[in-house]
Amino acid sequence: MSSEPLLRVENLKTQFFTEAGTVRAVDGISFEVYEGEIVGLVGESGAGKSVASMSLLRLVERPGEIVAGEVTYKGETLFGLEDGPNGDLRKRDEMLSNEEIRTRIRGNEIAVIFQDPMESLNPVFTVGGQLREFIELNRGLSEDEARREAIDMLREVGIPDPEQRYEEYPHQFSGGMRQRVLIAMALACEPSLIIADEPTTALDVTVEGQILDLVDDLQKKYGTSFIWVTHDLGVVAEICDRVNVMYLGEIVEQAPVDELFYDTKHPYTQALLESMPRPDRTVADLEPIEGVMPEAINPPSGCRFHPRCPDARAVCKRVHPEPKVVADADGEPHRAACVKHDVFDVGYDESPPLEGAVDGEGSRRTDEPQSELAANPAGDEPGGDGGE
Amino acid sequence: MAVGESQLESGTDTVADEDDVEARVGWRYTVARIKQDTTARWGLYIVAAVLSIAVYAVVDSNLSLLTFGLLSDFTFARLLPIFDHPTYIPPPGEGTQHMPPYFPLAEQSWNPLPAGGTLEHPLGTDHTGRDYFTRIVYGTQVSVFVGLVSTFIGLAGGTVIGAVAGYYGGRVDDVLMRLVETVYAIPPLILIIVFTVFIGGANIWYAVIGVGVAFIPVFARIIRSRVLSVREMDYIEAARAAGVRDRNIIMRHVVPNSFAPVLVYATLQIGVTILIVAGLSFLGYGAQPPTPDWGQMLNISHGYMHSNVWLSIWPGLAIMITIMGFNLFGDGLQDALDPRIDD
Repeated sequence: MSSEPLLRVENLKTQFFTEAGTVRAVDGISFEVYEGEIVGLVGESGAGKSVASMSLLRLVERPGEIVAGEVTYKGETLFGLEDGPNGDLRKRDEMLSNEEIRTRIRGNEIAVIFQDPMESLNPVFTVGGQLREFIELNRGLSEDEARREAIDMLREVGIPDPEQRYEEYPHQFSGGMRQRVLIAMALACEPSLIIADEPTTALDVTVEGQILDLVDDLQKKYGTSFIWVTHDLGVVAEICDRVNVMYLGEIVEQAPVDELFYDTKHPYTQALLESMPRPDRTVADLEPIEGVMPEAINPPSGCRFHPRCPDARAVCKRVHPEPKVVADADGEPHRAACVKHDVFDVGYDESPPLEGAVDGEGSRRTDEPQSELAANPAGDEPGGDGGE
Repeated sequence: MAVGESQLESGTDTVADEDDVEARVGWRYTVARIKQDTTARWGLYIVAAVLSIAVYAVVDSNLSLLTFGLLSDFTFARLLPIFDHPTYIPPPGEGTQHMPPYFPLAEQSWNPLPAGGTLEHPLGTDHTGRDYFTRIVYGTQVSVFVGLVSTFIGLAGGTVIGAVAGYYGGRVDDVLMRLVETVYAIPPLILIIVFTVFIGGANIWYAVIGVGVAFIPVFARIIRSRVLSVREMDYIEAARAAGVRDRNIIMRHVVPNSFAPVLVYATLQIGVTILIVAGLSFLGYGAQPPTPDWGQMLNISHGYMHSNVWLSIWPGLAIMITIMGFNLFGDGLQDALDPRIDD
């Protein structure tokens, strides 16, 4: 791991200005991606994972807007604000223009694999045609060269008989095959970073396994870095090097993958792990997280997880913790945003436990309008992250 | 329909699964479906026949269909003779004796009273003695031209406006759609008449453009409503994430995926525009004499309703059959393009 990260995100904030109020979908997250590693971005639906990853490419659409933070990629500023002369924030001069982002960064440097392979290919053109056009556009090859390259890429991602499949339409491909095509498309321009937005969520488990193996192989071969957005801790354990756990627009825990699983520091991560179905536990043994995730439009005071947290105490209602280094894993920091750790020193141990916090908050929230996504505590509903 | 059936069979063989809704798309499948559907097939036949007659009338500007035969005098020089009125060129070896009855633009009176059907004039002649059949055939190209061009104007304008408005949304959408709705609020016939008068008088060109413009709003609204759902698809997001420019996203991704309902509507619209332009010609705002346009023929013939009712019936029948053809075809196309309808 080199010292200078490939991608550095600092205090990124993306908000949606809706009629009901400001939805703080991403609220000050910071993380790094180093060359050749797979970084997980984990959380329930609505935690802001997808919005965060789209913000990196400045692909957030109205009414959403990136309102603060800095995104640096290979020393270039993808997004950055500074104080203007009359006190307002303005875009920094070195920030890449929309045109530069579009032509140089999107597709060429940072590619995206989307969640639903059924929807991510244009149904009216052949698979090969789309792949070829993409290569032609981004790499400036001639049509014939691009065609050869496209067939090579299809072969590379394990599509049998690529010359023939090249001429077929997306609906003639199975879900797994389409996801392979999308991976081929993402890899086609040999980007340094691929944002994979829940790429295996829509696939069944056996196919998911194959795709993960494929990504693992290709990642080793090309040395591409990944940001892997998912809600599935099983997938995280399988392929990620480092993990960021998101809750309600914030990163609550940040650690190397083994650390996260064996030395969990945040109650939310703990709760996620305990709510995960495993072969050695029956459904009755599962411990779902109580309550539902509140709306990002009006987050709870203090620690945002406190209404659902089994460890919550009075102090959690008041103090809003920023992630701090709570442990050290072979030289890598293990950050968590929970005041129960000593580094915070806000009097957690002396603070009285919140009586009936979970029940009280949980029942109060049920009569508020909730998105259908938030009703699923384990968060295995695909799609619709953030406040779109 | 051996060809159609074999196409359909090979289509369903390669296309994965009978139950798979998405498998029922594609050009070949659509053609096969139309060939299977009796109504659509008849629509297709009528449209094909009308188009062939129109093409023939364009190619053979003398239109001496009966006397000179198919090979008489193909003149490509005046491809669209509705705009300038060609002078009569007698076929080789013939004198000018055929001129008034068969030359569709002749203006001198040959036979002052309309005559009934004879061997030489199967549909009779009109009040100036011109062969009525020739004029009906000649009128086909005017109608088809009018239908195609004005529908194309509406389709092209509506597609651009609707796609841009739907894709960008927000203020762009508001401005474009309010503009379009302003046009939409005015009854089309009034709009066209005002347009032609304002531009500079009755002329088939102005009628065609006016009808086209008057129907831009309808197309814009249809395509916009489709674009609103298509632009939320992941492949649009994927294209944006891949750095494709907006223009290409609209052209390559948004429009092709929003086009099926518009295509169906356009087919039906061809019939409607033919009818409207015929109405305009009847009112005197469309094709001008001596151009043999069906609507304009109706206009003249209504003065002879009592002496020869057939003069009104033939152009009316021609209009009816043509519009019916396009409507049947459009309906069939709609069913064929909708993968959820299974018969």
